[in-house]
Amino acid sequence: MAYEVNGQVVEHDEEGYITNLSDWSRELAEEIAKTENIEMTDEHWEVVNFLRDYYEEYQIAPAVRVLIKAIKKSMGPEKGNNKYMYELFPYGPAKQACKIAGLPKPTGCV
Amino acid sequence: MSDTKKFLYVNRKAPYGTIYALESLEVVLIGAAFEQDVALAFLDDGVFQLTKGQDTAGIGVKNFSPTFRALGDYDVNKLYVERESLEERGLTEDDLQEIMYEDEDDDWAEKPSIRIVSRAEMAEIMAEQDVILSF
Repeated sequence: MAYEVNGQVVEHDEEGYITNLSDWSRELAEEIAKTENIEMTDEHWEVVNFLRDYYEEYQIAPAVRVLIKAIKKSMGPEKGNNKYMYELFPYGPAKQACKIAGLPKPTGCV
Repeated sequence: MSDTKKFLYVNRKAPYGTIYALESLEVVLIGAAFEQDVALAFLDDGVFQLTKGQDTAGIGVKNFSPTFRALGDYDVNKLYVERESLEERGLTEDDLQEIMYEDEDDDWAEKPSIRIVSRAEMAEIMAEQDVILSF
């Protein structure tokens, strides 16, 4: 199973998470978002970039509860809440945003 | 909450070479969702898990030591390290990475999660637990 971006083939697992984290690019993110029926806006990118920074620092894709708390701390309560995050990523902010960010499935996410 | 139990995850093995250390950390992160009272203990070679400046490039596995610094976000902020185990390996507290958490009850002040305890204190800590998981 694979995504195709600019003629390049990027392998993913059965749930759509890319296998090799270094394959990630912004173009690929747009492609993954399409398969999730998400139109990427600046607000989506803000969360995706935040997750990539979090992973870079801690080597972990955070659980949704932790993600929302961390967003609240860094961007304020108007963004760090369930409603805002689920509007951006209806099928689970951690799950979908991690997939688009090219990260593994969040630990503890089933 | 009356059904909160005290969980202690005991880590006795070096971080790499076996999967125990990483598995333990993953179980801690998963278990954190259940909002129990969680603490970690590091003794024997387990104290090496918290050393700073780990570089795994030569052995081709992921360096997961930065993940310990995320534990505060998961409300896990009691990391007990046995002093005797450090000393027996020529280590001191200065060889360990700094792991902080923000205390919600103290205006989010940053506090250290690592607490160095003696072997006798470690025994007392273990005696207080409801559940002990050993890795």
